[in-house]
This record gives sequence, C-alpha cells and structure tokens, in this order.
Amino acid sequence: MNQNKRNIMLTLAALVVLFGAACFVQAEIDSYIRRIINLCMIYAIIGLSMNITNGFAGQFSLGQAGFMAIGAYMVGIFTVPVNLRGDVFYATPMNPLLVNIYFPLWLALILGGLLAAVVAGLIGTPVLRLRGDYLAIATLGFSEIIRIVITNAASVTNGALGIKNIPPLNDVRYIFLVTAISYIVISLLLNSSYGRAFKAIREDEIAAEAMGISLFYHKNLAFMVSAFFAGIGGGLYGALLGTVDPKNFLFTLTYNFLLIIVLGGMGSVTGSMFGAVLVTGGLEYLRLFDEPMEIMGVAIPLFRPGLRMVVFSILLMICVLFWRHGIMGTNELTWEKILHFVRHPLDGFRKKGVQGK
Amino acid sequence: MLKIRDLVVAYGGIEALKGISIDVPDGKIVTLIGANGAGKSTLLRTIIGLVKAGSGSVEYNGDKLTGLNSQQIVSKGLTLVPEGRRVFPNLTVLENLRIGAYMRNDEDGIQADIRKIYDTFPRLEERNWQMAGTLSGGEQQMLALGRALMCRPKLIMMDEPSLGLAPLVIREIFNIIRSINESGTTVLLVEQNANMALKVAHHAYVLETGRIKMEGSGKELLENEEIKEAYLGKKKK
Repeated sequence: MNQNKRNIMLTLAALVVLFGAACFVQAEIDSYIRRIINLCMIYAIIGLSMNITNGFAGQFSLGQAGFMAIGAYMVGIFTVPVNLRGDVFYATPMNPLLVNIYFPLWLALILGGLLAAVVAGLIGTPVLRLRGDYLAIATLGFSEIIRIVITNAASVTNGALGIKNIPPLNDVRYIFLVTAISYIVISLLLNSSYGRAFKAIREDEIAAEAMGISLFYHKNLAFMVSAFFAGIGGGLYGALLGTVDPKNFLFTLTYNFLLIIVLGGMGSVTGSMFGAVLVTGGLEYLRLFDEPMEIMGVAIPLFRPGLRMVVFSILLMICVLFWRHGIMGTNELTWEKILHFVRHPLDGFRKKGVQGK
Repeated sequence: MLKIRDLVVAYGGIEALKGISIDVPDGKIVTLIGANGAGKSTLLRTIIGLVKAGSGSVEYNGDKLTGLNSQQIVSKGLTLVPEGRRVFPNLTVLENLRIGAYMRNDEDGIQADIRKIYDTFPRLEERNWQMAGTLSGGEQQMLALGRALMCRPKLIMMDEPSLGLAPLVIREIFNIIRSINESGTTVLLVEQNANMALKVAHHAYVLETGRIKMEGSGKELLENEEIKEAYLGKKKK
C-alpha cells in the first residue's frame, strides 16, 4: 500500500514537472520543434490506443487510421469558425443542418472519440469473431470503408477537397494534458481486472473462457476503448495540421502506429511512449539524409530525398532482429526500477535487473 | 451435485458423445477413463459451456447448465483445468492466479486464497514473478490447479492432469487432488492414466467412443478383468 502511495506521488510529481517543461517549450522553443514534440505526443496516444487491442488483448487490428479519421473529421467539421465555412465548402455547400453548429475543440475531441467507439462497437460485433490475419484484413477493410464514406459524403465532409481553416493548435501544453489524461486512463484500465482479462485472452482464449472471462465482451471493450483514443488522437492530429483530408488517413498511416508498438513493445504502455518518440523523432532527425551532403567539397551521391526512409528501414530491421520483443517487451518502466537504478546504478551491469512489481 | 442425462454432442455431423448419463455426487472424486477420442474432453468442455450440447441435459444442483455460457457456469462454482494445462505463458505466476479469481471481487479473500495456494504449492511462491511459460511441466500443472482453485469452485473438473508428466510428479499431483477433495471440493477427473485415476476415485465411468461402457467404484474397476486388459496393460491369466 505504502509503495502504491509513493508511486502515485512520484507520478503526479513527474506530471507536474513535465507540464512545467511543456509550458517552457511553449514559451521558448520555435514552432518547428514544438510541432515535432506535439506530433510525438499525438502518435503516443494513438500508439497506446493500438496497443490496447494488439498488445494487450492480442487482437491484431489494423483499423486505427479509420478511427483517427472519424475523430479528425469531427474536429474538422465542427471547430471551423462558422463565418469561414463558406470558404471551405465552396464546391458543395455544407449541409444546412450542420452549418451553424460550432463546438469547442475539447468537445469535438470527446465526441469524435465517442463516435469512433460507437463505430468500433458496430464493426466489432461481427469482426471480432475472426482471429489473427483474418481480423487484420477485416479491420483494414473497414478502415478503408470509413475513408471512402468520408470522401463521398461531400456535404458533410467536403469530400476529397478536405477541410481547411481549422483553428491551428500548436500548443504543447494542451496536447500534453490530453496525452497525460489518456495515458493515465489507459494505464488504470490495463492495470484493472479488465486489463488482466485482456492479457488472459491474448495468452489463451480457451483457458480465459474457462476462467469465466467473456471473450465477446472484453474483445469489444478493448476495441471500443482503442477506437475512442484513436479518435481523440486523430482529432488532435487534424487540429495540429489545421486541415483534414481523406488522403491523410490512408491505411498506410496505420503502419506508423504498428511500427511504434512493435518497436516499443507489444503489451507495454511505457514502451508505446518510447516507440512514439523514437519513430516520430527519428524520422525527423534522419532528415539530414534527404539533403545533399558534401564532405571536403565532394558531394556524396546517395544523399537525396528518399534516403531517409532507406536508412530508417535499415535501422528498423536491426532493431527487430536484435530486440524481437521491442524495447520494452511486455515490461513496464516502473518507479521501482527507476529508483533501483538511481540507488544502485551499476547493478544492471552485474546481474540481471530487479524483479519489478 | 452434477447430473448428466442422455447428453449428445456433435462436431459438424460427427457425434462425439452419443447419449451419456453420469452422476457426480457432492464431495466425491468421480473419474472418467477412456482412450483417445472417447469423448472425455468433449464432455468436460460441454459441461463448462465451451461446446454446445446437441440434446440431453446437464444439471447442477437442479439448475440447468445447457444453454448457459461459460461465465454463468463458472459463477455457479464449476471450473475446468483444461487439457495440456494451458497456463498463460507470458504472464507471471501471480498474474495467472489473479486471473483465476477473475469472477471474484473480495480483495481480502483473494489475498488469503493466494496465500493458501502458496502454502499448498511452495514451488509456486518461489517462482512468484516468473513467467508461467518458463515453469516445468509439473509446476505448470500445479499452477493450472491453483488457478482453478482461485475461483473457490465447488466442483473442479480436470482434463488429464497427468499428461506429459514424470511418474513422481504424477503421484504428487494425485496426492494434491486427493487433498483438494478432502477439503470439500467435488472432483470430476478425466484421465488416460487409468491406474492412478481409479485408485483415487470413489466412482468411475469407462467411456468408449461416445458411450458409457462400464461403471463402478474405483476399486471394482481396478479389479475388473476387461479393464485390466484394455486400460491397465495387464494380461488375463
């Protein structure tokens, strides 16, 4: 119990410190870096959401891009100021029922998440009976269906033209708070008996069922919670970009998050956070490979746009070859481990770490 | 007590159980022996609700179980130790036990039961934080038993607990089964290891290709010539 209290205090302290850091970044750092930090956090939310289904409940779902699109469009449709909507919907006029409805961003985010969860519930009922590859293909298909529906519902979503004029949100504090809340809620869920049930289903469906765990209920719950946070992340993504466009939400987007959770560790909450920072930050950092480079006046021929992805892919392959379970595997970075490291920084080199809680 | 009448279960068109009637009285060990494909596992899976019954009835203390789902059946106090142990390999021993208590909400009672299980199986406590997949076969079987006990079952069903274990470990497992029964839990045991199973059983049934072929007390069947020849590997004299 005491240890629990200490962990809660430490977590709160860490959040306060990080929020302070976010305020500092917001005030002092230029907008390009802020954008990257924001993108890291948004990707972390969506990575976490995907980890609920894929990492914890063991259901290989590839629908994240579709659920993001729902959240992003909720933000796009309802947070554009009413007087600017004529400029956006110049080809097809906006549906008169919607044209005067305006939501603040926080409300649009929540509604986007909820709508994504409802859609996930409807999809999940038939689809979650499938296993493994079949589930992946079905969810991938549904994610594309969502995108196609959005492309064709022009009076609501402005179709293929996308929605511009979304009030841009490049606010590190705001996105940090949403990320922190998502992180806390997801951690609490995964550490509850629900989380245990998810893991049991991942490990062995038949044994889980024999323990009295309802497969249908828990798979659906995981899928819906995952969609909810993907919707929220998608909403933030739309707000960060300032525009939403169906082409942003191609199924290839989902692979970014698959990458994040595989790299971070399937079944590790803290792993998803590391994965998100590593993938998003790494892709930005590697931009130097896309620019021409000269060493002592000689231009190196390979440095041209596209090399970045080659280098990134090679790094990924190395990662997957040597850390097959990602950085964290199914472990978490706990306060016990951090404190142990602070007190005995050399232990890790002598014997295999501590047995964490 | 568990009462099964004329139970028929079919996979597709093939009948695995062709009308079976069994009684499991309270506080006893009842065992079911039979060769591969006799329908033993199917019977247990049907009782716990993993497989749907074609016709016939399963009653537990007068409540009909056929048609209920696994959660409802487990909440009535029945539990299954599945064939091949099926512990959750990438979860720790403690997490495995906690999942066994999934249907319960009394944290204090759960803690007390974990304590009790660690007292019964000291090996599990030593390996508290180890992944269940890294345990030996015998330890995994103990964990599977412990996990099932965590839901405080009134009737525990075991599907071949001796599968793939060394003779010494099998003896240990059977001693534990006996002590579980002595503490008041009814046991329905399915086994291929007829010798051990008949020794602990109060009552036994012989299952052959979906039908009950013979029944009697464990002792009677141990001495029965036909059983000796077919299941115990002893020739008629």
